[in-house]
Amino acid sequence: MTALSVRNLAKTFTMHLRGGISLPVVENVTFDINAGECVVLGGPSGAGKSSILKMVYGNYGVDSGEVLIAHDERQVDLASADPRTVLTLRRDAIGYVSQFLRAVPRVSALDVVAEPLVVRGTDKDEAQKRAGEMLSRLNLPERLWSLPPATFSGGEQQRVNIARGFITHHPVLLLDEPTASLDAANRAVVVGMIAQKKREGVAMLGIFHDEEVRAEVADRIVDVTGFAPKVAA
Amino acid sequence: MSDEPLLRVKNLTKYYGSRLGCADVNFELYPGEVLAIVGESGSGKTTLLNTLSANLEPTSGEALYRMRDESWRNIYELSEAERRFLTRTDWGFVHQNPADGLRMTVSAGANVGERLMAVGDRHYGKIRDTALDWLGRVEIAADRIDDQPRSFSGGMRQRLQIARNLVTGPRLVFMDEPTGGLDVSVQARLLDLLRQLVGELGLSAIVVTHDLAVARLLSHRMMVMKDGHVIEAGLTDRVLDDPREPYTQLLVSSILQV
Repeated sequence: MTALSVRNLAKTFTMHLRGGISLPVVENVTFDINAGECVVLGGPSGAGKSSILKMVYGNYGVDSGEVLIAHDERQVDLASADPRTVLTLRRDAIGYVSQFLRAVPRVSALDVVAEPLVVRGTDKDEAQKRAGEMLSRLNLPERLWSLPPATFSGGEQQRVNIARGFITHHPVLLLDEPTASLDAANRAVVVGMIAQKKREGVAMLGIFHDEEVRAEVADRIVDVTGFAPKVAA
Repeated sequence: MSDEPLLRVKNLTKYYGSRLGCADVNFELYPGEVLAIVGESGSGKTTLLNTLSANLEPTSGEALYRMRDESWRNIYELSEAERRFLTRTDWGFVHQNPADGLRMTVSAGANVGERLMAVGDRHYGKIRDTALDWLGRVEIAADRIDDQPRSFSGGMRQRLQIARNLVTGPRLVFMDEPTGGLDVSVQARLLDLLRQLVGELGLSAIVVTHDLAVARLLSHRMMVMKDGHVIEAGLTDRVLDDPREPYTQLLVSSILQV
């Protein structure tokens, strides 16, 4: 079953502060991802991998094309959806593990991880218990759980971020270099978590620069250079 | 999220004589939704907020509000008594300067209790208990209940103003630069508190701010205003990550990185 279907996406940035120049990023971006499959975007830096991920999540608008996500037994086009529909899709259908944690002042690591469950109606104690399980699995020392992650190291913040992104059961999950600042042991944990999501039928779209990790998790690689705009601006 | 809006704003326009305040503003606000209005000084965002909250009469246009009995009413056609009831119970207004929203010479407890009395609460002990509970929720120590806000710090005053507004269980809260006059460390604490309360209570809120970080943290959606017009609107992270309009690009690129 197709969980995520990307159709003919195109994106050009217009830089009004630079004399209105146009920067075409990608065009004709088309691929499907099935439930239980992990597709990795390949290509050099600047080819548009992150832009595609952001268009699929709705952080970037699109000039044309569709991002079809299975939701409530229908396919909903996130690219043209109004803000409320996008928020509903993000709550129920599509999750995102960003590269960096946007830390909220004063909120403890445990609550940062538990929050996605709490806003979906899980009892707070239960959400914290599951958050603790995620953080244990990612080897984040328990003495850090009650502290706000703003002062954590890059690797510690990234593990909080991964725990937060993986704690929910979104049928589609976007992964933006989730292992970039991790040591080998924790990379292996994340690879195991991705494998588990696959078994649970989650469709994943990711960017992984680490070749070993990519080889282990990718069912398919979509080469982004194939979507390079053909017409020069 | 509910499928019916709480507020429908249609072609709202406000002129001060021949000078434009804001023009042709259209949007719907749903229960539980936080809308940020951003723009520089003079862009019309505060005029819009004051018009939406019925402190100013629009020149044209309407704002339809879904009352607690589910009837839709144009807030500019309510009787003075109805409007006062709305602003004292179902709405809150958090001013940038707490002194504008508090009574500085009565106690903290009375500042919170006064809104309860406006909705008909008369039992002194119960009012005091509720006031105590709300002081706790905004992290003001119980032993300050009998002190006047004159003796409070800026951050405490702002938290007291928030308690005063939320005690009646409003469904819609207007906020005008709620963290505007505060130290950065105090801002962070207040933002976190606001974010938590808005989430817990399922409030709808319209927040005017010139601080894009505040908009990012608090709001689901945002509108960018310039010269009285809404020039760009959408999901908050879409507007901030992929701004389209020249002015929005300028705003986003002007943030100092630390």
